[in-house]
Amino acid sequence: MDSLAAAAAQGQRALAKAADHRALRFLTAGSVDDGKSTLIGRLLFDSRAILADQLDTLEKRAGADRIDLSLLTDGLEAEREQGITIDVAYRYFATKQRKFIIADAPGHEQYTRNMVTAAAGSDAAVVLVDITKLDTQALPARLLVQTRRHALLAQLLRVPSIVFAINKLDAVDNPAQAYEAVRAALLDFAERANMPVAGVIPVSALRGDNVAQPLDAPWYSGPSLLQLLERLPTAQERGVGDLLIPVQYVARDTGQSGAGEQPRTLWGRIAHGRVKAGDEVQLFPSRQKARVAEVRVAAERVAFAEAGQSAGLTLDRPLDVSRGDWIATADTVRETNRFTATLAWLDTEPAVIGRKYWVRHGNRWVQARITAIESRLDIHTLEATNTHELAVNDIGQVIIETQQPLPVEAYETNRVGGSLIIVDPASNRTSGALLVKAVG
Amino acid sequence: MNAPLKVEHLLPELDHTHLDWLEEEAIFILREAVAAFDRPALLFSAGKDSCVVLRLAEKAFKNKGADGRFVGRLPFPLLHVDTGHNFPEVIEFRDRRVAAMGERLAVGHLEDCIKRGTVRLSHPLESRNGHQTVALLEAIAQHRFDVLLGGARRDEEKARAKERIFSHRDSFGQWQPKEQRPELWTLFNTRIKPGEHMRAFPISNWTELDVWLYIARESIPLPSLYFAHNRRVIRRNGLLVALTDVTPARPGETVETASVRFRTVGDMTCTCPVESPAVNAAEIVAETLQATVSERGATRMDDRTCDASMERRKKEGYF
Repeated sequence: MDSLAAAAAQGQRALAKAADHRALRFLTAGSVDDGKSTLIGRLLFDSRAILADQLDTLEKRAGADRIDLSLLTDGLEAEREQGITIDVAYRYFATKQRKFIIADAPGHEQYTRNMVTAAAGSDAAVVLVDITKLDTQALPARLLVQTRRHALLAQLLRVPSIVFAINKLDAVDNPAQAYEAVRAALLDFAERANMPVAGVIPVSALRGDNVAQPLDAPWYSGPSLLQLLERLPTAQERGVGDLLIPVQYVARDTGQSGAGEQPRTLWGRIAHGRVKAGDEVQLFPSRQKARVAEVRVAAERVAFAEAGQSAGLTLDRPLDVSRGDWIATADTVRETNRFTATLAWLDTEPAVIGRKYWVRHGNRWVQARITAIESRLDIHTLEATNTHELAVNDIGQVIIETQQPLPVEAYETNRVGGSLIIVDPASNRTSGALLVKAVG
Repeated sequence: MNAPLKVEHLLPELDHTHLDWLEEEAIFILREAVAAFDRPALLFSAGKDSCVVLRLAEKAFKNKGADGRFVGRLPFPLLHVDTGHNFPEVIEFRDRRVAAMGERLAVGHLEDCIKRGTVRLSHPLESRNGHQTVALLEAIAQHRFDVLLGGARRDEEKARAKERIFSHRDSFGQWQPKEQRPELWTLFNTRIKPGEHMRAFPISNWTELDVWLYIARESIPLPSLYFAHNRRVIRRNGLLVALTDVTPARPGETVETASVRFRTVGDMTCTCPVESPAVNAAEIVAETLQATVSERGATRMDDRTCDASMERRKKEGYF
C-alpha cells in the first residue's frame, strides 16, 4: 500500500513537472485603489522584470517621493487622464521555477467585461482584498461587493485556482487579528458559494512583504504569494478519453511539382483525448466515418498527438470536411440545437430575447437566439433572481437555440466544447460569453 | 579560451520547453488567421520578430522533407514597408531570404507616398518611422488584404500590453483602444465589415528573451546587424547613433568605432545600436538575461520623445 502511494506521489510529481513548461497565466482582480497595480509592480520589480529606462521614467515622475510601482502598469494615455485602468493588460515575468503571464483586469464595475476576458483561459485568479476598507473588529468581517463579484466571476468562468491576497497589511495596527478576521470572512463566503480556495495570503505590496519574500511573522506560516503561484497547476486539457477536435483549418494541396494530388490535411487543436494513425473517427455534422491515415504536428509526421496540441490529420478516404466541423471518436458525440447556459453579457446594448445573433462554437459560426432569460444572478446574495433582462456586466442563466445542431458539452467537463461567444450581427461586437450548463 | 556558450547552460532551472507551448500557440494563431480570412499577408521587416514569425509560418503551413528542409509554399505573401531609410544589410537579407524560400514579397515604398503627395516630410532627414503608417495602409488597400500577421509582442511597450491577439482596425486603419473586443478563450471574433481589416499577433505572449531563445534553438537566420560588428558611431543623449548618410555627425560631435549590435532594426533615422561583443544568438541570450534597459528604451529615439507616442501611432494605424 505504501509503495503504491509512493508510486502515485512520484507520478504526481512527474505530472507536475510535465505541466511546468506551460506558463502559469493568472488574472489579478481588485478595485480601484486596493493596491492591485502596486502588487503587480511589486511582482515585476522583485522578479527583476523592470528595466532601468522604465525605472528612470518612474523616478522622474516620483520626484522627491518614493517610487510608485503602480505607475508601471498604467498603460494608456486615456487611462492616465482618468486615473483608472480601462483595459486588460498583459505582463510577463519569470522566476527560476516558472514563467508567468499576468492578465491585469481593471476593477471598475463598468469594465467587468475585461475581467471576463482575463478570466477566460486563466489558470488562476488572484483576488485582491484591501484590508483597510473592512471593519476587522467584526468577526467575520463584512466583505466588499467587488471582492465577492470578482471571486464569483472567476468561479463562474471555472478559473481552476482562486487565491485571495489580503493587501495593505502594513496599514493596520494589529495585522494578525485583522488577517484572521478577513480570512474567516473569505472562507465563510467561499464555503457558501461552494468555491474551492487555493490560498488566503497576507501581503503588503507596498513594502513587498510576503509577495516574493516569505513573511517573517509568528502568526503566519504559509507560503508567500509567489511561492504559491509557483506551485499551482495549469489548466491542462485531458489527454485521456474520447477524442474531440474542432477543425480549424483545411490545408489545400500545396501543389508540389510531381507530387500529384495530395490528400488534404485537417488541422485542429485537440480538445480532449489523443489520436494516432489507424484510429477510427467520425466527422460532424456529416456523421461520416473514416480512419486516420497520418498524424502531423507542425511540419512533421508523428506517432500520435494529444490534448492541447494542434494535430494535422489525413484520412484514408476523401471526405467533404471544412473549417468548423468536428472530428471525434466514433459514436461519442451528441448534437443539439437547444441548451441551457450561463451568459455573461458584455455589451452596452442589453441582450434581446428572440433576436438573431451570431455565435461561435469551436470554429463554427452559426445563427442563434436567446429564447429565454431564466434568471439573473444577484451578486450580493449569490442567488438567482426572477429577472428576465440582462444588461452590460450582468450574468444570468439563459436558454439558447441555434440554427444548426452543435456538439456542445457541459463547460464543467470540457472548456472547448462548452464555451461560445455571442456576436452582435450589426456591430460585430463581442456581446456575450456563454458557458454551457446542460444540454437538451 | 572558454568553451562555446550554449543556451542550455544559461538557464538551468527554467524549463525551456515553455518554448514548445509558445510555438504551439503561435502556430495556432497563424492557422486561425489564414482559415478565417480571405486575403492574409505577413508583415515582414526582416527584423528578428518577423523572422521568428516567418519560421513559425513555415512550421504551420509547410512539411519538412527528409533533408530537414521545408517543402511547400506559404498561403500568403510577405509585405514589407520600405521607408527608403532601411539599413542596406536588412534589404539585402530580406531579398536573399525571400528568394531562398521561394515566397512572394510585396513592398510598399514610402518614397512612392512622398511622390504621390500622401506623405509630406517637413524636412528631408526627418524620421520616417511614423510615416510608415501611410505606406502600410495604402499597401493594404491596394492588395485588399483583410488580415495582417505581425510580430508585435505585448512586452515591448505599454500600449502593446493592452493589444488583443486579433485586433480590429476600422476602415481608416485605426485602433480604438476603448472599443476593443473582449477576447475569450481562443474563440476569436474574426468578423469584420468590408473595408476594415484585422491585425493578428502570433507572438503576443513572447518576451524578448523567448525570441532569442527560440532563434538560438531553431537556428533562425537574421540580418548581420543583430550580431556584434565594428561600426562608426556617435554618442548622443546617452544613446549610440550609427553614422549614416541620413544620420550624420552634428558639429562638435566625435565619431568613433565601437563593437555594436542592433536590438531592433527599423528606420535608420531612429534605430540605435548598443555596445556588445555578442556574436551569436546564445551570447545575446546571455546578455539579455543581464539586460537592464528595455529594447525600445535602448534603441528607439522616437519612443523616448513622449511616454504615449506608441499609443498615438497605433491609433493612427501603425504596426
